Amino acid sequence: MSAKFTPKETIRVIEKDGLLREVMAMKSRGMRLSQACASYKDGKYELSYSFSDDKTLDYETLRVVCDLADRIPSIHDFYSCASFYENEMRELFGVKIELIEPDYHNKLYRIKAETPFLPEDAKAEQKKQEQEISLSGADSDLDLAQAAADEKLASGKKEEK
Amino acid sequence: MEEREKKRSVVPFGPQHPVLPEPIHLDLVLEDEKVVDVIPSIGFIHRGLEDLVKKRDFNEYVYVAERTCGICSFGHGLGYVEAVEKCMNVEVPIRAKYLRTIWSEMARIHSHLLWAGLMADAFGFENLFYQCWRLREKNLDLVEMTTGGRLIYSVNKVGGVLKDITPDMQKVILNNLSELEAELRDVYKTFMTDYSVQERTRGVGVLTKEQVHDLGCCGPYARASGVARDIRQLGYEAYGELDFEPVVSNDGDNYARCDVRLREVFQSIDLIRQAIAKIPNGELSVPVKGNPDGEAFIRIEQPRGEAIYYVEGNGTKFLNRFRLRTPTFANIPGMCETMKGCSYADIPLLVVTIDPCISCTER
Repeated sequence: MSAKFTPKETIRVIEKDGLLREVMAMKSRGMRLSQACASYKDGKYELSYSFSDDKTLDYETLRVVCDLADRIPSIHDFYSCASFYENEMRELFGVKIELIEPDYHNKLYRIKAETPFLPEDAKAEQKKQEQEISLSGADSDLDLAQAAADEKLASGKKEEK
Repeated sequence: MEEREKKRSVVPFGPQHPVLPEPIHLDLVLEDEKVVDVIPSIGFIHRGLEDLVKKRDFNEYVYVAERTCGICSFGHGLGYVEAVEKCMNVEVPIRAKYLRTIWSEMARIHSHLLWAGLMADAFGFENLFYQCWRLREKNLDLVEMTTGGRLIYSVNKVGGVLKDITPDMQKVILNNLSELEAELRDVYKTFMTDYSVQERTRGVGVLTKEQVHDLGCCGPYARASGVARDIRQLGYEAYGELDFEPVVSNDGDNYARCDVRLREVFQSIDLIRQAIAKIPNGELSVPVKGNPDGEAFIRIEQPRGEAIYYVEGNGTKFLNRFRLRTPTFANIPGMCETMKGCSYADIPLLVVTIDPCISCTER
Protein backbone atom coordinates (compact mmCIF):
# COMPACT_ATOMS: atom_id res chain seq x y z
CA MET A 1 0.00 0.00 0.00
CA SER A 2 1.34 3.41 -0.93
CA ALA A 3 2.06 6.05 1.69
CA LYS A 4 -1.21 7.88 1.88
CA PHE A 5 -1.19 11.52 2.90
CA THR A 6 -3.91 13.29 4.78
CA PRO A 7 -2.90 16.87 4.12
CA LYS A 8 -4.39 19.96 5.69
CA GLU A 9 -6.15 22.22 3.20
CA THR A 10 -6.94 25.69 4.46
CA ILE A 11 -8.07 29.05 3.12
CA ARG A 12 -7.07 31.95 5.37
CA VAL A 13 -8.36 35.48 4.78
CA ILE A 14 -5.72 38.15 5.39
CA GLU A 15 -5.52 41.93 5.08
CA LYS A 16 -3.96 43.25 1.89
CA ASP A 17 -1.40 45.19 3.90
CA GLY A 18 -0.22 41.94 5.45
CA LEU A 19 0.22 40.09 2.16
CA LEU A 20 3.99 40.50 1.83
CA ARG A 21 4.55 39.60 5.47
CA GLU A 22 2.48 36.41 5.13
CA VAL A 23 4.15 35.45 1.83
CA MET A 24 7.56 35.97 3.41
CA ALA A 25 6.50 33.67 6.26
CA MET A 26 5.46 31.03 3.69
CA LYS A 27 8.82 31.34 1.98
CA SER A 28 10.71 30.98 5.24
CA ARG A 29 8.70 27.82 6.02
CA GLY A 30 9.84 26.34 2.69
CA MET A 31 6.42 26.39 1.07
CA ARG A 32 6.19 26.22 -2.72
CA LEU A 33 3.98 28.70 -4.61
CA SER A 34 1.42 26.46 -6.32
CA GLN A 35 -0.82 28.99 -7.92
CA ALA A 36 -2.29 32.47 -7.64
CA CYS A 37 -5.57 33.61 -9.12
CA ALA A 38 -8.24 36.29 -8.90
CA SER A 39 -11.99 36.18 -8.90
CA TYR A 40 -14.68 38.85 -8.72
CA LYS A 41 -17.43 38.47 -6.15
CA ASP A 42 -19.94 40.91 -4.64
CA GLY A 43 -18.18 44.03 -5.88
CA LYS A 44 -14.73 42.98 -4.63
CA TYR A 45 -11.72 41.03 -5.76
CA GLU A 46 -10.79 37.78 -4.11
CA LEU A 47 -7.12 37.07 -4.65
CA SER A 48 -5.95 33.55 -3.77
CA TYR A 49 -2.29 32.68 -3.29
CA SER A 50 -1.87 28.93 -2.75
CA PHE A 51 1.21 27.29 -1.25
CA SER A 52 2.17 23.62 -0.97
CA ASP A 53 4.35 21.77 1.47
CA ASP A 54 6.14 19.16 -0.61
CA LYS A 55 6.82 16.91 2.36
CA THR A 56 3.31 16.69 3.79
CA LEU A 57 1.36 17.86 0.69
CA ASP A 58 -0.42 20.40 2.93
CA TYR A 59 -2.11 23.12 0.92
CA GLU A 60 -2.56 26.60 2.32
CA THR A 61 -4.30 29.43 0.52
CA LEU A 62 -3.95 33.08 1.51
CA ARG A 63 -7.03 35.03 0.52
CA VAL A 64 -6.98 38.81 0.08
CA VAL A 65 -10.36 40.46 -0.32
CA CYS A 66 -9.92 43.98 -1.67
CA ASP A 67 -11.64 46.85 -3.44
CA LEU A 68 -11.44 47.14 -7.20
CA ALA A 69 -9.04 50.09 -7.12
CA ASP A 70 -6.78 48.77 -4.35
CA ARG A 71 -3.09 48.51 -5.17
CA ILE A 72 -1.57 45.10 -4.46
CA PRO A 73 2.19 44.61 -4.23
CA SER A 74 3.88 41.97 -6.34
CA ILE A 75 5.26 38.96 -4.47
CA HIS A 76 8.02 38.58 -7.04
CA ASP A 77 10.76 39.36 -4.51
CA PHE A 78 9.91 36.16 -2.62
CA TYR A 79 8.76 33.95 -5.48
CA SER A 80 10.30 34.74 -8.84
CA CYS A 81 7.84 32.39 -10.56
CA ALA A 82 4.89 34.62 -9.54
CA SER A 83 5.17 36.79 -12.64
CA PHE A 84 2.87 34.81 -14.94
CA TYR A 85 0.21 34.54 -12.23
CA GLU A 86 0.31 38.26 -11.47
CA ASN A 87 0.32 39.29 -15.12
CA GLU A 88 -2.69 37.03 -15.64
CA MET A 89 -4.62 38.51 -12.69
CA ARG A 90 -4.02 42.02 -13.97
CA GLU A 91 -4.81 41.33 -17.61
CA LEU A 92 -7.95 39.23 -17.13
CA PHE A 93 -9.45 40.93 -14.07
CA GLY A 94 -7.73 44.31 -13.92
CA VAL A 95 -6.25 43.73 -10.45
CA LYS A 96 -3.91 46.64 -9.72
CA ILE A 97 -0.76 44.65 -9.02
CA GLU A 98 2.29 46.86 -8.80
CA LEU A 99 5.91 46.27 -9.80
CA ILE A 100 5.47 42.91 -11.54
CA GLU A 101 8.75 41.55 -12.87
CA PRO A 102 8.79 40.84 -15.80
CA ASP A 103 5.80 43.01 -16.67
CA TYR A 104 3.94 42.05 -19.85
CA HIS A 105 1.87 45.26 -19.66
CA ASN A 106 -1.51 43.52 -20.02
CA LYS A 107 -0.36 41.59 -23.07
CA LEU A 108 0.47 38.18 -21.58
CA TYR A 109 -2.46 36.71 -23.51
CA ARG A 110 -2.50 39.45 -26.20
CA ILE A 111 -6.22 40.11 -25.67
CA LYS A 112 -7.64 43.22 -27.33
CA ALA A 113 -10.49 43.65 -24.86
CA GLU A 114 -9.60 45.31 -21.59
CA THR A 115 -10.01 43.14 -18.45
CA PRO A 116 -12.27 40.60 -20.23
CA PHE A 117 -13.17 38.59 -17.09
CA LEU A 118 -14.49 41.63 -15.19
CA PRO A 119 -18.21 42.43 -15.62
CA GLU A 120 -19.04 45.76 -17.29
CA ASP A 121 -20.66 47.28 -14.20
CA ALA A 122 -17.56 46.39 -12.18
CA LYS A 123 -15.34 48.15 -14.72
CA ALA A 124 -17.37 51.36 -14.26
CA GLU A 125 -17.17 50.99 -10.49
CA GLN A 126 -13.41 50.45 -10.69
CA LYS A 127 -12.94 53.69 -12.64
CA LYS A 128 -15.05 55.55 -10.12
CA GLN A 129 -12.99 54.24 -7.21
CA GLU A 130 -9.74 55.11 -9.01
CA GLN A 131 -10.90 58.69 -9.51
CA GLU A 132 -11.71 59.00 -5.82
CA ILE A 133 -8.26 57.70 -4.88
CA SER A 134 -6.52 60.01 -7.33
CA LEU A 135 -8.41 63.04 -5.92
CA SER A 136 -7.47 62.08 -2.37
CA GLY A 137 -3.78 61.55 -3.32
CA ALA A 138 -3.61 58.15 -1.64
CA ASP A 139 -1.19 55.52 -2.94
CA SER A 140 1.08 58.18 -4.41
CA ASP A 141 4.17 56.28 -3.24
CA LEU A 142 3.18 53.23 -5.26
CA ASP A 143 2.42 55.45 -8.25
CA LEU A 144 5.90 56.93 -8.04
CA ALA A 145 7.50 53.49 -7.73
CA GLN A 146 5.56 52.17 -10.74
CA ALA A 147 6.44 55.28 -12.76
CA ALA A 148 10.12 54.82 -11.87
CA ALA A 149 9.98 51.15 -12.94
CA ASP A 150 8.32 52.09 -16.26
CA GLU A 151 10.90 54.79 -16.86
CA LYS A 152 13.74 52.33 -16.14
CA LEU A 153 12.26 49.86 -18.61
CA ALA A 154 11.88 52.54 -21.29
CA SER A 155 15.47 53.74 -20.85
CA GLY A 156 16.69 50.13 -21.07
CA LYS A 157 14.88 49.69 -24.39
CA LYS A 158 16.44 52.93 -25.71
CA GLU A 159 19.93 51.67 -24.81
CA GLU A 160 19.26 48.39 -26.61
CA LYS A 161 18.32 50.31 -29.76
CA MET B 1 45.56 35.40 -25.35
CA GLU B 2 43.23 38.37 -25.28
CA GLU B 3 39.65 37.35 -24.83
CA ARG B 4 37.50 38.30 -27.75
CA GLU B 5 34.70 40.69 -26.87
CA LYS B 6 31.42 38.83 -26.96
CA LYS B 7 28.54 40.66 -28.57
CA ARG B 8 25.03 39.84 -27.55
CA SER B 9 22.31 39.16 -30.05
CA VAL B 10 18.64 38.34 -29.61
CA VAL B 11 17.25 35.43 -31.63
CA PRO B 12 13.47 34.96 -31.77
CA PHE B 13 12.39 31.32 -31.40
CA GLY B 14 8.80 30.35 -32.18
CA PRO B 15 5.83 30.60 -32.02
CA GLN B 16 6.11 28.52 -35.19
CA HIS B 17 9.12 26.25 -35.35
CA PRO B 18 9.56 22.72 -36.75
CA VAL B 19 10.30 21.29 -33.31
CA LEU B 20 7.61 23.12 -31.35
CA PRO B 21 4.49 21.04 -30.82
CA GLU B 22 2.59 24.14 -29.73
CA PRO B 23 3.06 27.90 -30.00
CA ILE B 24 5.32 29.62 -27.53
CA HIS B 25 7.70 32.45 -28.31
CA LEU B 26 11.14 32.79 -26.76
CA ASP B 27 13.49 35.72 -27.12
CA LEU B 28 16.90 34.09 -26.73
CA VAL B 29 19.74 36.39 -25.73
CA LEU B 30 22.94 34.83 -27.10
CA GLU B 31 26.66 35.34 -26.67
CA ASP B 32 28.03 33.52 -29.69
CA GLU B 33 26.23 30.15 -29.45
CA LYS B 34 25.65 30.34 -25.71
CA VAL B 35 22.25 31.34 -24.33
CA VAL B 36 22.57 33.89 -21.53
CA ASP B 37 18.95 34.94 -21.05
CA VAL B 38 15.47 33.89 -22.13
CA ILE B 39 12.28 35.93 -22.23
CA PRO B 40 9.21 33.74 -22.80
CA SER B 41 5.91 34.96 -24.16
CA ILE B 42 2.63 33.18 -24.75
CA GLY B 43 -0.80 34.44 -25.77
CA PHE B 44 -1.25 32.99 -29.26
CA ILE B 45 -4.12 30.62 -28.46
CA HIS B 46 -5.92 32.05 -25.43
CA ARG B 47 -9.62 31.14 -25.67
CA GLY B 48 -11.10 32.42 -22.44
CA LEU B 49 -12.46 28.99 -21.49
CA GLU B 50 -12.49 29.80 -17.78
CA ASP B 51 -14.92 32.66 -18.35
CA LEU B 52 -17.25 30.40 -20.31
CA VAL B 53 -18.20 28.73 -17.03
CA LYS B 54 -20.52 31.68 -16.34
CA LYS B 55 -22.56 30.89 -19.43
CA ARG B 56 -22.76 27.08 -19.34
CA ASP B 57 -24.66 24.85 -16.94
CA PHE B 58 -22.15 23.29 -14.55
CA ASN B 59 -23.03 19.82 -15.91
CA GLU B 60 -22.51 20.91 -19.52
CA TYR B 61 -19.21 22.55 -18.67
CA VAL B 62 -17.59 19.11 -18.20
CA TYR B 63 -17.40 18.91 -21.99
CA VAL B 64 -15.76 22.33 -22.21
CA ALA B 65 -13.22 21.42 -19.50
CA GLU B 66 -12.34 18.24 -21.39
CA ARG B 67 -11.67 20.22 -24.52
CA THR B 68 -9.11 22.48 -22.88
CA CYS B 69 -6.53 20.20 -24.47
CA GLY B 70 -6.41 17.01 -26.51
CA ILE B 71 -3.72 15.16 -24.59
CA CYS B 72 -4.75 16.02 -21.01
CA SER B 73 -8.45 15.86 -21.88
CA PHE B 74 -9.47 13.16 -19.43
CA GLY B 75 -7.60 14.77 -16.54
CA HIS B 76 -9.19 18.16 -17.08
CA GLY B 77 -12.65 16.62 -17.09
CA LEU B 78 -11.77 14.65 -13.97
CA GLY B 79 -10.32 17.64 -12.10
CA TYR B 80 -13.37 19.76 -12.89
CA VAL B 81 -15.95 17.15 -11.82
CA GLU B 82 -13.97 16.35 -8.67
CA ALA B 83 -13.95 20.03 -7.73
CA VAL B 84 -17.72 20.34 -8.31
CA GLU B 85 -18.34 17.09 -6.39
CA LYS B 86 -16.29 18.42 -3.47
CA CYS B 87 -18.30 21.64 -3.56
CA MET B 88 -21.57 19.70 -3.48
CA ASN B 89 -20.43 16.96 -1.05
CA VAL B 90 -21.13 14.23 -3.59
CA GLU B 91 -19.66 10.80 -2.84
CA VAL B 92 -18.90 8.94 -6.06
CA PRO B 93 -19.48 5.13 -6.21
CA ILE B 94 -16.32 3.06 -5.69
CA ARG B 95 -16.55 1.37 -9.10
CA ALA B 96 -16.60 4.81 -10.75
CA LYS B 97 -13.46 5.75 -8.82
CA TYR B 98 -11.65 2.68 -10.12
CA LEU B 99 -12.79 3.35 -13.67
CA ARG B 100 -11.58 6.94 -13.44
CA THR B 101 -8.23 5.67 -12.18
CA ILE B 102 -7.86 3.24 -15.07
CA TRP B 103 -8.65 5.93 -17.64
CA SER B 104 -6.30 8.36 -15.90
CA GLU B 105 -3.45 5.91 -16.29
CA MET B 106 -4.34 5.22 -19.91
CA ALA B 107 -4.13 8.97 -20.48
CA ARG B 108 -0.71 9.00 -18.81
CA ILE B 109 0.57 6.18 -21.04
CA HIS B 110 -0.72 8.02 -24.08
CA SER B 111 0.81 11.35 -23.05
CA HIS B 112 4.22 9.93 -22.09
CA LEU B 113 4.57 7.85 -25.27
CA LEU B 114 3.56 10.84 -27.35
CA TRP B 115 6.19 12.89 -25.55
CA ALA B 116 8.85 10.18 -25.95
CA GLY B 117 8.22 10.21 -29.70
CA LEU B 118 8.49 14.00 -29.87
CA MET B 119 11.69 13.87 -27.82
CA ALA B 120 13.20 11.26 -30.14
CA ASP B 121 12.20 13.39 -33.12
CA ALA B 122 13.79 16.45 -31.49
CA PHE B 123 17.17 14.75 -31.18
CA GLY B 124 16.89 13.33 -34.68
CA PHE B 125 16.22 9.64 -33.97
CA GLU B 126 13.31 9.12 -36.34
CA ASN B 127 13.08 5.38 -35.97
CA LEU B 128 12.69 5.70 -32.22
CA PHE B 129 10.00 8.30 -32.81
CA TYR B 130 8.07 5.83 -35.00
CA GLN B 131 8.40 3.08 -32.38
CA CYS B 132 7.06 5.30 -29.58
CA TRP B 133 4.07 6.40 -31.58
CA ARG B 134 3.41 2.86 -32.79
CA LEU B 135 3.18 1.74 -29.16
CA ARG B 136 0.99 4.72 -28.39
CA GLU B 137 -1.50 3.41 -30.96
CA LYS B 138 -1.92 0.21 -28.95
CA ASN B 139 -2.96 2.27 -25.95
CA LEU B 140 -5.24 4.47 -28.05
CA ASP B 141 -7.01 1.33 -29.28
CA LEU B 142 -7.80 0.48 -25.64
CA VAL B 143 -9.10 3.98 -25.03
CA GLU B 144 -11.30 3.74 -28.12
CA MET B 145 -12.63 0.35 -27.07
CA THR B 146 -13.59 1.54 -23.58
CA THR B 147 -14.77 5.11 -24.23
CA GLY B 148 -15.57 5.36 -27.92
CA GLY B 149 -13.09 8.21 -28.36
CA ARG B 150 -9.35 8.27 -28.87
CA LEU B 151 -8.44 11.65 -27.40
CA ILE B 152 -11.61 13.12 -25.92
CA TYR B 153 -12.96 10.41 -23.62
CA SER B 154 -16.20 12.14 -22.50
CA VAL B 155 -16.87 9.59 -19.78
CA ASN B 156 -16.88 11.84 -16.72
CA LYS B 157 -19.97 13.41 -15.26
CA VAL B 158 -20.68 15.09 -11.96
CA GLY B 159 -21.50 12.16 -9.68
CA GLY B 160 -19.64 9.38 -11.50
CA VAL B 161 -18.92 8.07 -14.97
CA LEU B 162 -21.00 7.43 -18.08
CA LYS B 163 -19.46 4.17 -19.29
CA ASP B 164 -18.30 0.89 -17.83
CA ILE B 165 -15.35 -1.36 -18.59
CA THR B 166 -16.83 -4.84 -18.91
CA PRO B 167 -14.96 -8.05 -17.90
CA ASP B 168 -14.35 -8.84 -21.59
CA MET B 169 -12.80 -5.43 -22.10
CA GLN B 170 -10.67 -5.95 -19.01
CA LYS B 171 -9.20 -9.13 -20.54
CA VAL B 172 -8.34 -7.27 -23.76
CA ILE B 173 -6.75 -4.45 -21.75
CA LEU B 174 -4.56 -6.86 -19.78
CA ASN B 175 -3.53 -8.73 -22.91
CA ASN B 176 -2.69 -5.59 -24.93
CA LEU B 177 -0.83 -3.97 -22.05
CA SER B 178 1.37 -7.07 -21.70
CA GLU B 179 2.30 -6.75 -25.38
CA LEU B 180 2.89 -3.04 -25.01
CA GLU B 181 5.05 -3.58 -21.93
CA ALA B 182 7.25 -6.17 -23.67
CA GLU B 183 7.87 -3.88 -26.64
CA LEU B 184 8.35 -0.83 -24.45
CA ARG B 185 11.32 -2.53 -22.77
CA ASP B 186 13.25 -2.29 -26.04
CA VAL B 187 12.33 1.37 -26.45
CA TYR B 188 13.35 2.10 -22.87
CA LYS B 189 16.66 0.32 -23.37
CA THR B 190 17.38 2.41 -26.48
CA PHE B 191 16.60 5.66 -24.66
CA MET B 192 18.81 4.71 -21.73
CA THR B 193 21.79 3.08 -23.45
CA ASP B 194 22.08 4.36 -27.01
CA TYR B 195 25.24 6.43 -27.49
CA SER B 196 23.65 9.09 -29.72
CA VAL B 197 20.73 9.58 -27.34
CA GLN B 198 23.03 10.02 -24.35
CA GLU B 199 25.14 12.53 -26.25
CA ARG B 200 22.12 14.81 -26.57
CA THR B 201 20.61 14.25 -23.15
CA ARG B 202 23.30 13.56 -20.52
CA GLY B 203 24.20 16.66 -18.51
CA VAL B 204 22.03 18.94 -20.68
CA GLY B 205 19.55 21.32 -19.06
CA VAL B 206 20.30 20.46 -15.46
CA LEU B 207 17.80 21.68 -12.89
CA THR B 208 18.63 21.17 -9.23
CA LYS B 209 16.21 20.16 -6.49
CA GLU B 210 16.49 23.64 -4.98
CA GLN B 211 15.73 25.33 -8.31
CA VAL B 212 12.70 23.09 -8.76
CA HIS B 213 11.37 24.28 -5.42
CA ASP B 214 12.12 27.97 -5.95
CA LEU B 215 10.70 28.03 -9.47
CA GLY B 216 7.57 26.07 -8.51
CA CYS B 217 8.10 23.22 -11.00
CA CYS B 218 6.03 20.04 -10.82
CA GLY B 219 5.37 16.59 -12.22
CA PRO B 220 7.92 14.32 -13.94
CA TYR B 221 9.99 17.46 -14.60
CA ALA B 222 10.42 17.92 -10.83
CA ARG B 223 10.74 14.20 -10.06
CA ALA B 224 13.67 13.98 -12.51
CA SER B 225 15.49 16.40 -10.18
CA GLY B 226 15.00 14.23 -7.12
CA VAL B 227 11.74 15.70 -5.79
CA ALA B 228 9.66 12.74 -4.62
CA ARG B 229 6.31 14.48 -4.98
CA ASP B 230 3.40 12.82 -6.73
CA ILE B 231 -0.09 14.20 -6.15
CA ARG B 232 -1.57 10.70 -6.64
CA GLN B 233 -0.24 10.03 -3.13
CA LEU B 234 -3.15 12.14 -1.87
CA GLY B 235 -5.17 9.00 -2.55
CA TYR B 236 -7.88 10.62 -4.70
CA GLU B 237 -10.14 8.29 -6.72
CA ALA B 238 -8.80 4.72 -6.20
CA TYR B 239 -5.13 5.64 -5.79
CA GLY B 240 -5.35 5.22 -2.03
CA GLU B 241 -6.07 1.50 -2.60
CA LEU B 242 -3.18 0.94 -4.98
CA ASP B 243 0.46 0.28 -4.26
CA PHE B 244 2.94 2.69 -5.85
CA GLU B 245 5.79 5.06 -5.08
CA PRO B 246 6.79 8.20 -7.01
CA VAL B 247 9.26 7.52 -9.83
CA VAL B 248 12.32 9.63 -9.08
CA SER B 249 15.71 10.29 -10.64
CA ASN B 250 18.40 12.57 -9.26
CA ASP B 251 20.42 13.92 -12.18
CA GLY B 252 17.95 16.66 -13.18
CA ASP B 253 19.00 16.59 -16.85
CA ASN B 254 17.28 15.61 -20.09
CA TYR B 255 18.39 12.01 -19.61
CA ALA B 256 16.76 11.83 -16.17
CA ARG B 257 13.51 13.24 -17.59
CA CYS B 258 13.44 10.52 -20.26
CA ASP B 259 14.11 7.93 -17.56
CA VAL B 260 11.33 9.16 -15.25
CA ARG B 261 8.64 9.46 -17.92
CA LEU B 262 9.35 6.06 -19.46
CA ARG B 263 9.45 4.34 -16.08
CA GLU B 264 6.12 6.02 -15.31
CA VAL B 265 4.63 4.22 -18.32
CA PHE B 266 5.61 0.89 -16.72
CA GLN B 267 4.16 2.17 -13.44
CA SER B 268 0.88 3.09 -15.16
CA ILE B 269 0.62 -0.39 -16.67
CA ASP B 270 1.12 -1.83 -13.18
CA LEU B 271 -1.51 0.51 -11.69
CA ILE B 272 -4.06 -0.50 -14.35
CA ARG B 273 -3.41 -4.17 -13.55
CA GLN B 274 -3.88 -3.51 -9.83
CA ALA B 275 -7.06 -1.53 -10.45
CA ILE B 276 -8.54 -4.25 -12.69
CA ALA B 277 -7.70 -6.88 -10.07
CA LYS B 278 -9.45 -4.90 -7.33
CA ILE B 279 -12.35 -3.19 -9.13
CA PRO B 280 -15.61 -3.93 -7.28
CA ASN B 281 -19.06 -4.32 -8.80
CA GLY B 282 -21.52 -1.51 -8.28
CA GLU B 283 -23.14 1.62 -9.61
CA LEU B 284 -21.44 3.92 -12.09
CA SER B 285 -22.88 7.15 -10.75
CA VAL B 286 -25.13 8.71 -8.14
CA PRO B 287 -27.89 11.24 -8.80
CA VAL B 288 -26.85 14.82 -8.11
CA LYS B 289 -29.42 17.26 -6.82
CA GLY B 290 -29.15 21.02 -6.43
CA ASN B 291 -26.48 23.43 -7.58
CA PRO B 292 -22.93 24.03 -6.40
CA ASP B 293 -22.47 26.52 -3.59
CA GLY B 294 -19.22 27.37 -1.89
CA GLU B 295 -15.73 26.78 -3.22
CA ALA B 296 -13.20 23.99 -3.61
CA PHE B 297 -9.61 23.45 -4.66
CA ILE B 298 -8.65 20.11 -6.20
CA ARG B 299 -5.20 18.85 -7.10
CA ILE B 300 -4.62 15.93 -9.41
CA GLU B 301 -1.50 14.45 -11.01
CA GLN B 302 -1.86 14.96 -14.72
CA PRO B 303 0.69 13.26 -17.03
CA ARG B 304 2.60 16.54 -17.19
CA GLY B 305 2.41 17.20 -13.45
CA GLU B 306 0.29 18.73 -10.72
CA ALA B 307 -2.84 20.44 -12.06
CA ILE B 308 -4.97 22.62 -9.79
CA TYR B 309 -8.69 23.15 -10.24
CA TYR B 310 -10.69 25.75 -8.37
CA VAL B 311 -14.45 26.20 -8.58
CA GLU B 312 -16.62 28.78 -6.87
CA GLY B 313 -20.37 28.23 -6.94
CA ASN B 314 -23.14 30.68 -6.12
CA GLY B 315 -26.13 28.38 -5.68
CA THR B 316 -27.21 28.68 -9.31
CA LYS B 317 -26.49 26.31 -12.18
CA PHE B 318 -23.81 28.69 -13.40
CA LEU B 319 -20.51 28.77 -11.53
CA ASN B 320 -19.01 32.10 -10.56
CA ARG B 321 -15.45 31.01 -11.24
CA PHE B 322 -13.49 28.10 -12.63
CA ARG B 323 -9.74 28.26 -12.46
CA LEU B 324 -7.27 25.81 -13.93
CA ARG B 325 -3.54 25.97 -13.22
CA THR B 326 -1.82 23.63 -15.61
CA PRO B 327 1.56 21.91 -15.11
CA THR B 328 3.14 23.68 -18.09
CA PHE B 329 2.21 27.05 -16.56
CA ALA B 330 4.29 26.06 -13.53
CA ASN B 331 7.16 24.57 -15.52
CA ILE B 332 7.88 27.44 -17.93
CA PRO B 333 10.08 29.35 -15.40
CA GLY B 334 12.13 26.17 -14.86
CA MET B 335 12.48 25.66 -18.60
CA CYS B 336 13.85 29.19 -19.04
CA GLU B 337 16.32 28.63 -16.21
CA THR B 338 17.70 25.42 -17.76
CA MET B 339 18.34 27.25 -21.02
CA LYS B 340 20.73 29.75 -19.49
CA GLY B 341 24.27 28.62 -20.20
CA CYS B 342 23.23 26.03 -22.78
CA SER B 343 24.10 25.92 -26.44
CA TYR B 344 21.58 27.33 -28.93
CA ALA B 345 21.36 23.86 -30.53
CA ASP B 346 19.98 22.43 -27.26
CA ILE B 347 17.00 24.80 -27.13
CA PRO B 348 14.56 22.53 -29.02
CA LEU B 349 15.29 19.65 -26.63
CA LEU B 350 14.96 21.87 -23.58
CA VAL B 351 11.54 23.04 -24.73
CA VAL B 352 10.38 19.49 -25.36
CA THR B 353 11.68 18.14 -22.03
CA ILE B 354 9.06 20.04 -20.04
CA ASP B 355 6.44 18.31 -22.21
CA PRO B 356 4.86 21.68 -23.01
CA CYS B 357 1.12 21.99 -23.46
CA ILE B 358 0.47 25.59 -24.37
CA SER B 359 -3.13 24.85 -25.27
CA CYS B 360 -3.82 23.96 -21.61
CA THR B 361 -1.64 26.75 -20.33
CA GLU B 362 -3.53 29.51 -22.10
CA ARG B 363 -6.97 27.97 -21.80
